[in-house]
Amino acid sequence: MAGKRRVVVTGLGVSTPIGIGIEPFWDALIRKECGIKRAELFDPSGLPSQVAGELPAFSLGDHIPKSYRKSAKVMARDIKIAVVAAYHAVTDAGLDTKCIIDRGEASGPPNVISTRFGANIGAGLICPDLTELGGALATSADADGNFSLALWGAGGVNKGISALTPLWLLKFLPNMLACHLTIVHDAQAPSNTITCGEASSHLAIGEAARTIARGDADVCVCGGAESKVNPMAMARPTLCDRLNTDSNADPEHACRPFHASMAGTVASEGGGLVILESLDHARDRGARIYAELAGFGASSNVHAWDGPDPDGNGIALALQKAIADAGSGVDRIGLAAPLGMGIERYDRSEAAGWNQVFGDGLPDIPAMTTRGALGNNGAGTGAIDFAAMVMAMHRNTVPPSLNTDKADPSSRFRFVQDDPIDAHITEAITTGYALAGGQCAALLVRRFEE
Amino acid sequence: MERRVVISGMGWVTPLGNTIEDVWQRILRGESGVAATTLFDASTFPSTFSAQVKPFSLEDFLGADAAAHEGASRNSRFALAAGMMAWRSAVLDGYTLLDRTRVGVYLGGGEGPLDFGSFAAAALAGCRNAEGEVERLDTVRWAETGMRVLDPTKELEQDPNLAAGHLAVQFKAQGPSLNTLTACAASTQAIGEAAAVIRYGDADVMVSGGTHSMIHPLGVTGFNLLTALSTRNDSCLTASRPFDRTRDGFVLGEGCGVLILEELEHARRRGAPILAELVGFGSTADAFRITDIHEDGRGPVASMRAALDSAGLGPEHIDYVSAHGTSTKENDKIETLAVRQVFGDLAKKVAISSIKSMVGHLIAAAGAVELITCVLAIRDGIVPPTINYKEPDPNCDLDYVPNEPRKLGVQAALSNSFGFGGQNNTLIIRKFSD
Repeated sequence: MAGKRRVVVTGLGVSTPIGIGIEPFWDALIRKECGIKRAELFDPSGLPSQVAGELPAFSLGDHIPKSYRKSAKVMARDIKIAVVAAYHAVTDAGLDTKCIIDRGEASGPPNVISTRFGANIGAGLICPDLTELGGALATSADADGNFSLALWGAGGVNKGISALTPLWLLKFLPNMLACHLTIVHDAQAPSNTITCGEASSHLAIGEAARTIARGDADVCVCGGAESKVNPMAMARPTLCDRLNTDSNADPEHACRPFHASMAGTVASEGGGLVILESLDHARDRGARIYAELAGFGASSNVHAWDGPDPDGNGIALALQKAIADAGSGVDRIGLAAPLGMGIERYDRSEAAGWNQVFGDGLPDIPAMTTRGALGNNGAGTGAIDFAAMVMAMHRNTVPPSLNTDKADPSSRFRFVQDDPIDAHITEAITTGYALAGGQCAALLVRRFEE
Repeated sequence: MERRVVISGMGWVTPLGNTIEDVWQRILRGESGVAATTLFDASTFPSTFSAQVKPFSLEDFLGADAAAHEGASRNSRFALAAGMMAWRSAVLDGYTLLDRTRVGVYLGGGEGPLDFGSFAAAALAGCRNAEGEVERLDTVRWAETGMRVLDPTKELEQDPNLAAGHLAVQFKAQGPSLNTLTACAASTQAIGEAAAVIRYGDADVMVSGGTHSMIHPLGVTGFNLLTALSTRNDSCLTASRPFDRTRDGFVLGEGCGVLILEELEHARRRGAPILAELVGFGSTADAFRITDIHEDGRGPVASMRAALDSAGLGPEHIDYVSAHGTSTKENDKIETLAVRQVFGDLAKKVAISSIKSMVGHLIAAAGAVELITCVLAIRDGIVPPTINYKEPDPNCDLDYVPNEPRKLGVQAALSNSFGFGGQNNTLIIRKFSD
């Protein structure tokens, strides 16, 4: 719309089970690497689903200033994953933030003004560390061995509530992803935390784009991160019949998006953070421009708050809104990037939504989903998908999508099976939705032209 | 042309009651909603009291529709009740011309209360070995009990975005649906961002606000560990005393506030009530420390200034400040300092109060409930008091409308919310005029 500033993508940072940093991640996608294996962060033997996507070992200290290392003890794993991805995003964008300067990797001054630097971060419901909290709760058993709230509240030396550290609550507040990374990079402009399940980072990126478009910030770090690889976060979706249980012996084939034999998703972890920037700001500092963020659409499934809409109406509306927002049309879209959770009722709903909008044209365009390689990255999902989609456009290459070799009858997506294919894409669109809560969103990127 | 955003409906569920007018009168009378905690046995906790919402029936608000929401968490139930109240007061109920694809939801909804009993049972089972001795939690043993005792609906309803989902289904609102959780600033941020959604043109009507209950064992544990809560167990009615020299922490409250935000022309076309105009929004991050507010109050200062700028107003236009005013030592001091910086010489003249002195701190829902009181202050020409204010604090030397409400023509009001970790949000509303 006239008078609204153009927004471009200038940096991509991811922390995923198949790679940390956009280049290693992209290479792994092209090489068809799968990040799903038997869970190792804890012993999953007691759970029906025992496979997971886990990040390779990483050192938080390599991604923050030395002076900030002591803060690691108040960071849940979700927060660390976000902080790592944020470092890669600002580095990729060539932003000399406080973190980069404090680490001695740039001489300064910062090339982004803190009060014009915002953050929109998607976060999940962060599970308290079960070992820590469980151990503390166990100090409050009564004579019969049952938990006693009275003993818990009364505390004592290393007993009851006093068995937890004073800052315990701060480890698990969802807004702490944003708080830590805005401190590390000194981002003081509008800061928001979107907690909408798997739709979180689509919505966070969309809102960041709006913040820049209306002039309230020049640069935003946006996206999301979550770790679902812990006992509580795996028990919950198991109870809700969402996790795969037929592939404990064959983890790499557990998550099968839109597949004829799809049977549940896989708990995973990961983060994606993206640098969005006003076009003028990016030009002024000579930034590399990956793409323009041209369209954003958000909607709600009003069929149910605890499950999908079989007709995919929320997905369809989000797609339509994003396409209209970009002033584009269905026939101009050259790449489809659906979420593809690998859960039958959800994937059928998502496919129905895309079919509503693209109709017979859907098989004509290539499609990609990273779920087969990554599983469910929670609030990080959308930003990882967004980064992968932008890279596909940037590299003129559509990567293969794992475990999509035999399509469910509901799906008309044309996923790439073996070798990546060359494709000159001018517009690409991705969808995300919350497994519960009904939130849907779509983001459309366009090859940058002056 | 700039799209203007007005408030056309309001509803709330609070520790002082569940109707707009009744609660407002109680607030003006300086009543307190604080009492001994009964939602769980808190008698041995450092803080044994809170400001609880009284039991209510969802059927009284939703009629037969209530059955569809069976199993809804406390947060979701609050949101459905307050949401329906707001929807009706905006005369949207029965309005058949509404384009539901242009109606969205933006809440600051908290995490739903943990199913603590089941959680603790599984945790203890996980920590007990075959001999019955307590040792480090074993995830296999934990899972055996956990998978048996945890309830799918109760687990699902803990997702913070579920209340927004219930509202979207109830109102068939197909437009943008979001939930923010920026701690104690969440619903102020939700309302500000919801207004931005309308202003940008992404929706015409947004159902916005916040809903939260942290009055559960882990919530109180977390805040007690942070020493953020008042521990005046022997005098809980006067425990929440924002800006008073003897304040010792906040009182945990719970509840929900929902406002209907609407694009002005849309509201006019359907003859909707126009209660006030939302003219300013500021959002900033301290980017300082996780545990402390920046000592100069730079984040709150920037937030208030951004809100004034976006409203095109100066401090001289603000008649009333609804303070974050938590009754903690730090917040009230820094907020005072920040108001002084933004308002300069006018700081001593502007009326400032904190209704947290009466309803406690509703955490994610606080800002929405407080903004509703700002609308009512504009409507009735009276501002609510800060109760329990007895001893002035040299660090807090402004006019906090102590103990008695004050008749005051309010043209514009500013409402602050600040969250843990340095999240600052400010809203400005103005009496509506063409």
